[in-house]
Amino acid sequence: MPKIKLPTKSPRIDMTPMVDTFCVILTFLMLTTTMRQPEPAIVDTPFSISEKPTPDFNTMTFLLSEDDKVFINFDNGPDTLLKYRPKILDEMGKRYSIEFTDVERREFEKYPSSFGVPVMKIKEFLSKKTSKERDPYQVGIPLDSTDNQLAMWVLCARQVNPNIQACIKGDSKTSFPTVKKVLDILQDKNVNRFALITSLEATKINVEEIQK
Amino acid sequence: MAEIIVEEKGKGGKKKAKKHAPHIDMTPMVDLMCLLITFFMLTTAFAKAKVMDIILPEKVKDPTKQEAPRISASRTLNIVLGPNNRLFWYPGNVKPEEFNNLPPLFETNFSQDSVNSIRKLLLERNATLAKSIAAKNDLVTRGELVVSQDSLHNIISKIKSDDATGPIVLIKAYKKANYGNFVDILDEMNICGIAIYMFVDIAWYEEKMVETAIASAPATSTN
Repeated sequence: MPKIKLPTKSPRIDMTPMVDTFCVILTFLMLTTTMRQPEPAIVDTPFSISEKPTPDFNTMTFLLSEDDKVFINFDNGPDTLLKYRPKILDEMGKRYSIEFTDVERREFEKYPSSFGVPVMKIKEFLSKKTSKERDPYQVGIPLDSTDNQLAMWVLCARQVNPNIQACIKGDSKTSFPTVKKVLDILQDKNVNRFALITSLEATKINVEEIQK
Repeated sequence: MAEIIVEEKGKGGKKKAKKHAPHIDMTPMVDLMCLLITFFMLTTAFAKAKVMDIILPEKVKDPTKQEAPRISASRTLNIVLGPNNRLFWYPGNVKPEEFNNLPPLFETNFSQDSVNSIRKLLLERNATLAKSIAAKNDLVTRGELVVSQDSLHNIISKIKSDDATGPIVLIKAYKKANYGNFVDILDEMNICGIAIYMFVDIAWYEEKMVETAIASAPATSTN
């Protein structure tokens, strides 16, 4: 019987096509990525069928956490030169007679996500470097009638950027009175148009049901 | 990664120049890429969050000067968001003088295919309007009517404002309602194409109605 000759070539797999595909995927992801910002509270937004994307600029976002804390976030404006955030902070400092240094201003400008720090504690908050040290300061913005700092933030934000738009990002389990309170504060400042941030949900409407 | 090396046996004593193709070992590169792809996939927020616009009526500074809007009771539909994701509704309006004789609330829910879901109720009441909106949307999807998304939006809002039969929905939230339900009900308005809906503060007699309804039918569904 003749022996079957086994090929003696090394079983090397040509990885070039694989590398090619990976390169393409990687490039695509790198270009499309927008980094997820860590938020001080995890918020599970409710679903809706709305298809309007969230605006990128000129927004003030109110983050309402499940335990009824309120956090606020501003953006720096469509142009990096505008520097809305430090300006809002300055305006706020004026009203509460707090002087902010350049370092603090820069730190506030860079801070990427929502904050819920009473204005008196912001200096301390900004002096801390790690998010672990910062977290205990995130107690939510005071909004009761004796010390309504949220209303002040709204006022300052609108003064600095008149085109600012109010977005509300609430957890589905946030209690309604909290939402109502925030809406009331905004309405007191003549903000009547809100954008509720939701996740997209596929909903089928039964056409036959309508036709009936 | 492991590599299998099979030794090649040279034939004869003659030494040949090796004819190997200049193989580059790509394994480390692939490893690295895998890592990067995983990292980017996990950090990317692919679906950008969507927003739903709502416009609330301007606050009246002096409530005594405000005149109650006249809306026909037969078209009015009140939806009350209750505690524990429960949902109630009642037709028409209730006068505060009738507090001894409040009408009962009907319970409904958000589920999509149950018999007494809010969507079914709204679609039933809003049949003519919903039908004409669906017809327009249908024409566009079938390609018989070519318009931009914006003008389609305008056409639909025109249909909505011309409508005179659909319900006027008043949305009220009981104090223990949650934000998710609020968004859900606004979403339901959009789905059913309700032309006129308002978000109103709950009145004390309506709170009482909710409490009665809860007392008479304690939570049955965990919907």
